[in-house]
Amino acid sequence: MTQAQRRWIFLFAGTGLAAFYLWGLSGLPGFGNYPGPYGPAILQIAVAQTHATGVVSAVNFLYRGFDTVGEEFILFTAATGVAVVLRHLRGERDRSAVDEAADRDVPRTSSAVRMVALVFAGPGIVVGWWLASHAQTNPSGGFQGGVVLASAFVLVYLAGEFLVFQRVSPVDLLDVVEGVGAGGFAATGLTAVFLSMPFMSDWLGLGQYPGAVSSSGTIALISFFVGLEVAAAFILIVGELLEQTLLIRQEAS
Amino acid sequence: MSGLAGVHTPYTVPLVMMDVLQVTVLVLIAAGAAAVVLIRQPVRQVVALSVYGVLLAVLFLSFQAPDVTLSALTIGAVALPVVLLLTLAKVRKPEE
Repeated sequence: MTQAQRRWIFLFAGTGLAAFYLWGLSGLPGFGNYPGPYGPAILQIAVAQTHATGVVSAVNFLYRGFDTVGEEFILFTAATGVAVVLRHLRGERDRSAVDEAADRDVPRTSSAVRMVALVFAGPGIVVGWWLASHAQTNPSGGFQGGVVLASAFVLVYLAGEFLVFQRVSPVDLLDVVEGVGAGGFAATGLTAVFLSMPFMSDWLGLGQYPGAVSSSGTIALISFFVGLEVAAAFILIVGELLEQTLLIRQEAS
Repeated sequence: MSGLAGVHTPYTVPLVMMDVLQVTVLVLIAAGAAAVVLIRQPVRQVVALSVYGVLLAVLFLSFQAPDVTLSALTIGAVALPVVLLLTLAKVRKPEE
């Protein structure tokens, strides 16, 4: 096929794609215009029905709680997969966590980086914990809180050494926390079934008034479990990657 | 924008200013996405991707979705770049 033929085929296909694309765009609803019935309905009833002023959390952990359980186990399975793929293989050995690359000069971690990482590690843990445990009242949730918590541990690695990171995040403990988080979510939903209620429905009581930390019953509990699961899964994944990068080497054959 | 017309919100920022902010961020997002694709050096590409993640977070914030903002900030600006950087470090290093 010659260059000219290719160009003609591209022009033909490209024009067709552009035409269909513009045709599709012209049929979209106006910008910011939401024609569905669910958004307005949820906004009408959610706060009174769940006592959660964080309506997004109410949607995530109650109205579509069943889907969120599935997503939760996607992350759980992903972390398990990373742990399996990045395990020690035969013919690999540990070495020191000091960079030995021959082709470049490795600068020492500057005291500025250490300082910033140290300063932010503590607040990171507090903010992460707060986000995960206040999803019922604020725009936050276990997922965001969990990742912020995990970032605090990455900061510990930046501020110190890999060995410090390993010491503050022992894999055995993380495995347990991740299991408790993922299992706790499912168990919270199943408890409702044992109490002859629909799966995921609230069995804790909604609390006195919307917006209190103790309000919204199982939504707050589930968000907390999600926070545990996500934080543990992320620290595990980053830990595995760090170990692969820093420690494990193929034995010279 | 048009969806907000007639809805009472407690915010004191004029809607026109929100429109300007939203359009500005949308343009920056397009530029950032193009930059991520056009930069060919992987480490720089990761840094650009992180900046793009921050831009996405600002976009979601300007569209009044603070939950998604938090997710975009933690995943797009921090977690994904960290994982990519670690992978690059592993791939790049020669065997001893």
